[in-house]
Amino acid sequence: MRRLEPAAIGGVMSREVANFRTFWKATTFSSILEPIVYLLAFGLGLGATLVNRVDGLSYVEYVGTGMVATAVVFSSAFPAMFGTFVKERFQRTYDAILAAPVDVEELVTAEMLWIGLRASVYGCFPLIVSFVFGLDPAPGMLLVPLFCFFTSLIFSAFGIAVAASVAKIDQFNYVTTLIITPLFLVAGTFFPINQLPEGVQVASEANPLHHLVELVRHASFGFKGTDLLRVAFLIVVALAMWRVAVNRMEKRLID
Amino acid sequence: MAAIELHGVVKRFGPITAVDGLDLEVPAGICLGLLGPNGAGKSTTMRMLTGQARANEGSISVLGHDLPAEAKEARALMGVVPQLDNLDVDVTVEDNLAVFARLYRVRDVKAAVDFGLELARLTGRRRDAVDQLSGGMRRRLLLARGLVHDPQLLLLDEPTVGLDPQIRTELWSLIDSLRTRGKTILMSTHYIEEAERLADEVALMAHGKIISRGKPSDLVAQHAGRETAEVYAPPARLAEVRANAEAQGLRVRPAGPAIAIVGSEKADNGAVPPDAIRRAASLEDVFVLLTGEEAE
Repeated sequence: MRRLEPAAIGGVMSREVANFRTFWKATTFSSILEPIVYLLAFGLGLGATLVNRVDGLSYVEYVGTGMVATAVVFSSAFPAMFGTFVKERFQRTYDAILAAPVDVEELVTAEMLWIGLRASVYGCFPLIVSFVFGLDPAPGMLLVPLFCFFTSLIFSAFGIAVAASVAKIDQFNYVTTLIITPLFLVAGTFFPINQLPEGVQVASEANPLHHLVELVRHASFGFKGTDLLRVAFLIVVALAMWRVAVNRMEKRLID
Repeated sequence: MAAIELHGVVKRFGPITAVDGLDLEVPAGICLGLLGPNGAGKSTTMRMLTGQARANEGSISVLGHDLPAEAKEARALMGVVPQLDNLDVDVTVEDNLAVFARLYRVRDVKAAVDFGLELARLTGRRRDAVDQLSGGMRRRLLLARGLVHDPQLLLLDEPTVGLDPQIRTELWSLIDSLRTRGKTILMSTHYIEEAERLADEVALMAHGKIISRGKPSDLVAQHAGRETAEVYAPPARLAEVRANAEAQGLRVRPAGPAIAIVGSEKADNGAVPPDAIRRAASLEDVFVLLTGEEAE
């Protein structure tokens, strides 16, 4: 049989959709509420007292656009890590799926695509919430779901690879603290990174979340020529992480 | 051509050799019981047949497809019922079936779901979440899920392990009905009664190999003879009876608190004490004699 058959990928995604229908309300509720809480806390807290304008933007505009990256990482890396581990270890879902004519590559691809689709919707919520707080809609924002999709593929593949590598679910704490939190904090979401030490600035060029933050801000306030490079970077990293995730899962699932 | 062929198959996990030179052929249309104690290599064998485990040595072919290269083609043609319940518990009965109908590329998903519901006798519960079903219903659904594409070959991995007797009997009739419909079934089990009731042929597996194979009645006649005598007594007397019987060349096996003198019809006077309970020899006698392990 061919590799990456659409029927196999679609079948695995249909399982995700069937499950998602049972818990979408809770996930969606928190995805809408979270940016509101952040905007109220940072916008009214920092924005009203300590910070006036950042990089020529009001603090709500700055944080509202930046928080798209937060929404994407939280709706990709965590569902991928926990979901994959639970399905593999506790629910033995993958045992069932791999007994059908589906291979590990198709399974991983389907999981990534589904998380990517979800995150490209959830990634837009901070923008929509920010409209209420004074952010102006712009035509470039129509591309935001696409940017979210590419970034989400990176973090879903990362989460799957992590889940396929750890022995116990507690070990996710190391990954969260050592990798996800730093990436999320120095992405330029809450403060600009051009005031950080030069080494950090250089390192943040390798941070996909930083590129997503920049792309969303440029989509809202005017694109720049280098944005195509940022998109290309996201796509290349997503493809590389996809291969890593497939490889790790093959090692985990096939004896 | 046999539905399943394994030749010289070896599977190691680090220092452990789970399957050790396994030769097994399953002709089309029969139910073969792969009977063996825990740890005999049955589940590993099942996983190799779906390509979820890869043999270190030997060749495997399923319905004419060589594994692991054509494992996906082979999987498309067979149904698999796992040992552990891995249904999606929050999702409805019909969605559980529909997902697998899609994974098996069934054209008419709705018809496949209806077929599965009917098979599992769950048509009335189609819109209920799986976690609202009883244990027996879940087991039937698990079986039906592996059959939504109406495969010719079915792999059942310990289909009734850990179930209460009532559910087990119910599941046995369901499996038996599939057998009479001409499906080829390979069923691993460590329950003697299960193999005795369902299997046309039994392959006895221990330490990663087949140690004996045949119709249950032939295996009994060949290895255990006609009659077994069980003796219940305090340990000291059991040891005495045992020594006496073994001195006559009879084989004696442990049977829980008792001992069983196998082939007691051949015993001379005195070897079988008068208080022994004589019964027909069983597959259990064969199992314990050949594997050296007590049966469940």
